[in-house]
Amino acid sequence: MKQIIFLLLFSLAAWLLLPSTVPAQETLTLMTHDSFNVSRKLIQEFEQQNQVKLQVLKAGDAGAALIQAILSKENPLADVFFGVDNTFFSRAIQADIFEPYASPELENIDDRFKLDPKNRLLPVDYGDVCLNYDKAWFIKKGLAPPTDLEDLVKPEYKGLTVVENPATSSPGLAFLLATISRFGEQGYLVYWQQLRDNEVLVANGWEDAYYGHFTSASKGNRPIVVSYGSSPAAVVYYAEKPMDSAPTEAVVSDSSAFRQIEFVGIVKGTNKKILAQKLVDFMLSRPFQENIPLQMFVFPVNRTATLPPVFKKYARVARTPATVAPAAIEKNREAWIEAWTNTVLR
Amino acid sequence: MIVQQQKTKGWLLLAAPLLFLSLFYFYPLLKIFSLSFFPDGSWTNSGLVRFFSTPTYLRILWFTCWQAALSTLLTLIVALPGAYIYAHYSFPGKGLVRVLTTIPFVLPTVVTATAFRALLGDGGLVNTLLMNLFHLQGPPIHLNQSIAFFLLAHVFYNYALVMRIVGGYWAGLAPELQQAASMLGASPCRVFTKITLPLLMPAIGSAALLIFIFCFTSFGVVLILGGPKFATLEVEIYRQAIHLFNLPMAATLSLIQILMNFFLMWLHARLSQRADLSWFEGGGSEKLKPARTRWDVFWITANMGFMGILLLAPLLALVIRSFLGDHGWTPAYYLALFTQQTDSLFFVPPASAIFNSIGFALATMGLALLLGLSAAAFIALPKKTGAALWDALIMLPLATSAVTLGFGYIITLNKPPLNLRNSGLLVIFAHTLVAFPFVIRCLLPSLRRIPTALREAAALLGASPLQIKLSIDLPLISKALMGGAVFAFAISMGEFGASTFVTRPQTPTLPVAIFRFLSRPGELNYGQAMAMSVILMLVTSLAFFLLEKLQTAGRR
Repeated sequence: MKQIIFLLLFSLAAWLLLPSTVPAQETLTLMTHDSFNVSRKLIQEFEQQNQVKLQVLKAGDAGAALIQAILSKENPLADVFFGVDNTFFSRAIQADIFEPYASPELENIDDRFKLDPKNRLLPVDYGDVCLNYDKAWFIKKGLAPPTDLEDLVKPEYKGLTVVENPATSSPGLAFLLATISRFGEQGYLVYWQQLRDNEVLVANGWEDAYYGHFTSASKGNRPIVVSYGSSPAAVVYYAEKPMDSAPTEAVVSDSSAFRQIEFVGIVKGTNKKILAQKLVDFMLSRPFQENIPLQMFVFPVNRTATLPPVFKKYARVARTPATVAPAAIEKNREAWIEAWTNTVLR
Repeated sequence: MIVQQQKTKGWLLLAAPLLFLSLFYFYPLLKIFSLSFFPDGSWTNSGLVRFFSTPTYLRILWFTCWQAALSTLLTLIVALPGAYIYAHYSFPGKGLVRVLTTIPFVLPTVVTATAFRALLGDGGLVNTLLMNLFHLQGPPIHLNQSIAFFLLAHVFYNYALVMRIVGGYWAGLAPELQQAASMLGASPCRVFTKITLPLLMPAIGSAALLIFIFCFTSFGVVLILGGPKFATLEVEIYRQAIHLFNLPMAATLSLIQILMNFFLMWLHARLSQRADLSWFEGGGSEKLKPARTRWDVFWITANMGFMGILLLAPLLALVIRSFLGDHGWTPAYYLALFTQQTDSLFFVPPASAIFNSIGFALATMGLALLLGLSAAAFIALPKKTGAALWDALIMLPLATSAVTLGFGYIITLNKPPLNLRNSGLLVIFAHTLVAFPFVIRCLLPSLRRIPTALREAAALLGASPLQIKLSIDLPLISKALMGGAVFAFAISMGEFGASTFVTRPQTPTLPVAIFRFLSRPGELNYGQAMAMSVILMLVTSLAFFLLEKLQTAGRR
């Protein structure tokens, strides 16, 4: 008997200790995906300047967060949404959940990043999904590291590559798009068939590919992995002991990397429009943009922002990235993934 | 008159669980289904048509079914001997073993996958050992991306369910019948198959049902260990909803998943209702015997050894990994967890993640026990018509895809007084929804076998209904209740899938913190994720240990 009273008492205590959710002052809500990150100090500055409390709502991966924003259209969860990338761009625009806002900060941003002429979605950062390889592994084997997508189908690269499933992973989809851009809608399946014959390994997510199979990050047996151009910088930055060179390298040769651009937008129906605009300005402004690299490991779009040394040294950007128009992605995503699945997995 | 009164009382028992389910399960679910099937007010069945006309979906359904059935069977075969020992012997370290077997339950799938790979992967401990021992060129064990790998993980996850549910029930079976059969010359094997096994069926059925549903809706384990060649319905639902934004298809698949499991649950409820047993002996712990004969010792040691290999080795591999850096042994990851001066807005100090996790888990446990106890009491009422239906209905949340329900929450709990989308309460409610069916399954077999004669005798001697509940019912189900409490607690501690849609960054739990580390490249991130997993294991074991202590203290 006693134990039940104990259990219930404990439980009651837990209920009472629950954090209360009553906001003390006006709250601005930013909805975003799980990978969003920023310095505490910066946010505090923004809060003080604007006399507002910023609440950040993380709602799963980029796709899940956007869908939740679309589903809550009638009664929005947030005032500002960050994290629509170019693969989901058309879906977001079609759903009509964002308000146009021509931020004055846009003048510091190159036109190549501005995909929406009406400024409903404003670019914030970008990064390239590309091949990463384990430098030490290739030196040890006396094999030249890959420099291009074509290399992966060569016989000496048999069984060396791990990629992510485009059906379940965002970098996986980006890499598939890179191959579609590079080899065309006719040729990409041929390329993937060759990759399959060359024993490419498919993992369902980035965590699994990178930490489960990549030789440089785990006891895996694949020295080539699909990751980001900034990954080598992260490896150095998060090293257990300081490093003087990156153990991995990113391959960003022409049209072999897919460029992801991430956007922010003011959610239609917000009653804090002025504050929401302030937040967008803030996210595009230099202090926030300079904070982006080491918090989210992507590149700032604001050209006045300076990169931290570790980024300058180890992070890579493609000069000519592979691109696919957002509208084409939205239209063909399902068919492309289906065809890919049939070619590579079945 | 009395019958009428009893009926009302019965419904009163059901009121709270039913209200809870209606608000946080049926209402959101119906709303998301109607949005998916009637997008602009008119019915679309494109999902259904596509489901039955495309072989892919039927193949996924078939795969989902057989892997779940096989996982269930394997777990039962492997875990029943453990349940026997748990029920019949006392031996040193028993409490510890019980605590350790339940830990897998709280481990996020990514962490489990890591543990298994660290142990059995191509470059894992076992392969390296074998290669060194026999001078092999390549790794002899190839489990990566194979069916065997995730079946193994399913057994790893569900072992404790069988041990607790069946073992707890077994301990209460009166041994007279078996003894009589032995005396009449039946072989031990015959005694087991003809007497013990049929008597155990309600508990085995309960455990098997839970395992089946768990494996049927398996998401992370199949996704990571099985690789992309295998997809369960749950995986496909996620893919359709999130990546393809095909809500009608996602809803169709969820509906099929729910209906199939509902049928199974109903079938199980019918069967266990019929097995009306009163071969019951109170107490239980008194007749535990220490290992006396050499055969006993061998039997226990062999079992413990097996359990050690199956359950402890992966956990141990995880602990090793959390101390192993690029340059050998290091406490760096733990130090980083506690000392790292990061200025990230979302940095989670381990202490606060532990605090949040335990807070949510305790609140979930309390709510789940309360709801589970009243629902189980209702279902166990003697000669209750429709009990099987209610039983199956209450179990439904377990069979429901997290994405679908999460979307339902977004579009329903958005206005006062139910504006809970940003509240920590929703985390508790979501956890409770998954946890309280476990409480029911733990309680039902024990509740059902309380002999009515015992209650009647008490009533005859002048005990009030409350007195009967407190001094007869509760002591008899205390073991089962404790099992339910442990599982409710564990589910909340480890829950990640369902709460992706409701976890708020202000109150990150341990699994959320683990995922934050795992989503970035860099040795330090990976190491901290492993260290955080070890902390999750430690905190959970400690909590289980205290719960068990509470049980023994309560009995005295």
